[in-house]
Amino acid sequence: MSVRSGAGVRSVARIVARADGRGGTSLPVLESDGPLALRRTRATGSETRVMLVGAMSGPLGGDHFTVEARVEEGACLSVGSAAATIALPGQAKGDARYDVRLEVADGAELHWLPEQLISAQGSDLHVATRVELAATARLVLREEQILGRVGEEPGRLTSRLSVRVAGQAVLDQELACGPGAPGGWDGPAVLAGRRAVGQLIVVRPEFAAAPVTAGVLGEGASVVPLAGPAALVTAVAPDALGLRRLLDEALASLPRT
Amino acid sequence: MSRAALLVLADGRFPAGGHAHSGGAEAAVKAGRISGAASLEEFCRGRLHTAGLTAAGLSAAAALGIDPVALDRAADARTPSPALRVAARKLGRQLLRAARATWPSAELDALGREFPKGAHQPVVLGLAARAAGLGPVDAAYCVAYESVSGPASATVRLLSLDPFDATRALARLAPELDRVADRAVEAARQVVDEGVDALPAGSAPLLEIGAEAHAGWPVRLFAS
Repeated sequence: MSVRSGAGVRSVARIVARADGRGGTSLPVLESDGPLALRRTRATGSETRVMLVGAMSGPLGGDHFTVEARVEEGACLSVGSAAATIALPGQAKGDARYDVRLEVADGAELHWLPEQLISAQGSDLHVATRVELAATARLVLREEQILGRVGEEPGRLTSRLSVRVAGQAVLDQELACGPGAPGGWDGPAVLAGRRAVGQLIVVRPEFAAAPVTAGVLGEGASVVPLAGPAALVTAVAPDALGLRRLLDEALASLPRT
Repeated sequence: MSRAALLVLADGRFPAGGHAHSGGAEAAVKAGRISGAASLEEFCRGRLHTAGLTAAGLSAAAALGIDPVALDRAADARTPSPALRVAARKLGRQLLRAARATWPSAELDALGREFPKGAHQPVVLGLAARAAGLGPVDAAYCVAYESVSGPASATVRLLSLDPFDATRALARLAPELDRVADRAVEAARQVVDEGVDALPAGSAPLLEIGAEAHAGWPVRLFAS
C-alpha cells in the first residue's frame, strides 16, 4: 500500500514467480502499489512476462519506491517496463530513493530489462539494485541511465549495483553523477561528456568453467569476465539510442547457451 | 608509531613497481581525453573520487585489521575489469615483497601465503601500514594520493607535460584528498559492524573501458 505523506510517496511492489509443475511459471504474488503498477503480459514457453507500468510520474523528491522480485526454483521470469522512468524534482524536500531487490533460486532464471532511467534537471535520486543468486541461477540484467532529457542538464543520480552468487559478491559498483556529485564525474576518467551510461550483467553457471573473453566494442563499451560466473558489459554513449545499440551488440556477442 | 614511516611508504621511490603503471592515463591520452594540465587535473579528480576512494576504503579497512581475504574479494567485486584486477594483484605482490623486507611482520607473511599470486594492492598497503606502525588514516591518505600521483607522473612522460604543471594539479586536489581519506576511514570503521558491503564502491566507466582497450595494445609504455 503506498502512502502519500509530507515526505513523499512510499510504495512497494512485489513479484513472486514459481514453477507451475507443467513447464511454465506462475505468479502467486503480483502486487502493484500506487505508482508502481505491474501487469502480466504474454508468456512464451517456460517464461512468464511482467511489465512495470508507471501509473504516475516519478520518483519525485522525497519518494521511496521499492520493487521486489523473487524467482523460485526452476521458474523463469522476464520483467520489462512500458516506458522510461523519469526522476523529477518534487515538492517534498530531500532526495528520492528507488530500491530494487531481486532473488533468483537454483535452476531459476530472471531477465530484468527495464527501459532507461532519465535523471531530469533538479532531481536527486539514489538507486540501489541488489541481486542475490543461488549457485545455479541465471540472470540477464540491464541498467541504463540517461543524464538529462534532451538539451537539459542532468539531475543528481547515485546508482549502486551489487550482485551476489551463492553469497559471494561478484559485482559491487556505484556511479555518482550530476550537480553536487563528487568532482570529476563528467571528466576524462569517468564520463567525458557522455550523457548515457549503462551496464548489462549476465550470470550463468557455465561462465565459471568457460568465462567470456575480455574485449572492447569501439571506445564506448567493454565486455569482461567478472571474478565469478558472470560477464559484465559497461557502456557509455552520447545518447540513449547509442547506448542501447552498444548493449544489444555486446549481448549478441556473448556465447549462446 | 613513527609518523615518518608514512613518508617511507608513500615515497614514489619505495621499490613497489608503481612507476610502471599509469592509472589509465596512457589510454586516456591516446583517446585524446587528456591533452594538457587542465584535463589531467579533471582526470585525476574523477579517478580520486571513484577508484581512489574505493581503494582508500579497502586500505583503511586492512589497516584496521579487517580480514584481508574478505577485503580482497570486495576488491574483486569492485574491479570488474580483469586487466585492472591483474594489475592490482601484480602491484600487490611487488608491494608485499618490499614491505616484508622493510617491516617484517607475521601478518604480511600470512598474506603472502594466502595470496601467492598477489592480493589487491590497496589491501597489501593497508597491512604494510599496520606493519609499519601506521593507522587507517595514513593508509587511506597514501592510497588516495597514489591514485592521482601515478597518472600525473605518467602524463608528464606521455605528453612531455611540464612537471610544474602536473605538480600544481596535484596540489590543487589536496582539499579533495582530505575529504576522500576521511570518507574512506569512516567507511572502514563501519566495516567493523556492517561487513565489507559498507566500503565505498565508486566506479568510473571510462577507466574500466579504457583499461580493457589498453590491455589489447601490442605496444605500450605502461603496464596499465
